[in-house]
Amino acid sequence: MSRPEDTAPPDLFYDDSEAKKYTSSSRIQSIQASMTRRCLELLDLPNSSLILDIGCGSGLSGEILDEEGHTWIGMDISASMLAVALDRDTTGDLLLADMGQGIPFRPGTFDAAVSVSAVQWLCNAESSDVTAQGRLSRFFDGLYMSLKRGGKAVLQFYPKNELQRTMITGAAVKAGFGAGLLEDDPETKNQKLYLVLTVGSGGELA
Amino acid sequence: MKILTTNYITCAVKACKTSSNAFPLQFRDAELVQEELELNEEFIKNILPRIEWPALVQTAASLGFTTLPSTKPEGDLDEQMIKDLHTLLVETQVISGKLVCGNCQHEYNIHQGIANFLLPNHLV
Ligand SMILES: [Zn+2]
Repeated sequence: MSRPEDTAPPDLFYDDSEAKKYTSSSRIQSIQASMTRRCLELLDLPNSSLILDIGCGSGLSGEILDEEGHTWIGMDISASMLAVALDRDTTGDLLLADMGQGIPFRPGTFDAAVSVSAVQWLCNAESSDVTAQGRLSRFFDGLYMSLKRGGKAVLQFYPKNELQRTMITGAAVKAGFGAGLLEDDPETKNQKLYLVLTVGSGGELA
Repeated sequence: MKILTTNYITCAVKACKTSSNAFPLQFRDAELVQEELELNEEFIKNILPRIEWPALVQTAASLGFTTLPSTKPEGDLDEQMIKDLHTLLVETQVISGKLVCGNCQHEYNIHQGIANFLLPNHLV
């Protein structure tokens, strides 16, 4: 199966029909839900937190955040995905925005951030005037600033290869995060990778 | 876009990061809707310390809500204040219009409640 990241930029790949297909697949729904629950478990938040959902898509993760009593603001680059979120009547506030352009919130806004299956898109430099490195550093610098002191982020992602994994983790550490990588079901086809980030601790890697 | 979000969002243009004129973004041609949502008291208490009160008063006034106290309520909030904040911050949404930056004048369009923060690359 080819990776969507290799096919087209996310705003073009997730057009109306892909967005509906993605959201209505029960397999995707259940994987997405379980990964979001895992993110929340790793975040270990008090109830009623304010959470940023990066690459919120059609609000599949948001539904879980909602169930757990949190309030979320979601950003996504695909207008088609956000349109499906509107149809599904999600409770989070939605923003059409490119995480590679930064996180447009004032410092210390969020208790936490989650992201499911999105940040590997940052490694696709989409035009001649932007680089993957530039997009990664704008994203992680912005994320770091937007979280409160002691805030946390858990980002589940699908790196294409070792290089992407190193690039993404390295950019997070460079932004000032304490970072650790967690692998669930390693060396299987269900392998899931979570980047666990904290604000206000050292920059050492697990 | 919820009023809550407008108290946290900033202009995405690089040159505006350090400008005090860039926050809060100002509404133009705002069309409002109220959506009834379950009251979450703990949430209101959690976020209140992170609300920029003068900015909230300014945003609210620009949309016709003029009953907020001029200084942030401190200490134990009474039930009515929590309800009022819930109504304003969580239930009140701008469904269409623009958010405008007071520094660079960039206009962020709001369509079906979703603000478009995509920028040309040379501005970020
Ligand atoms: Zn601006």
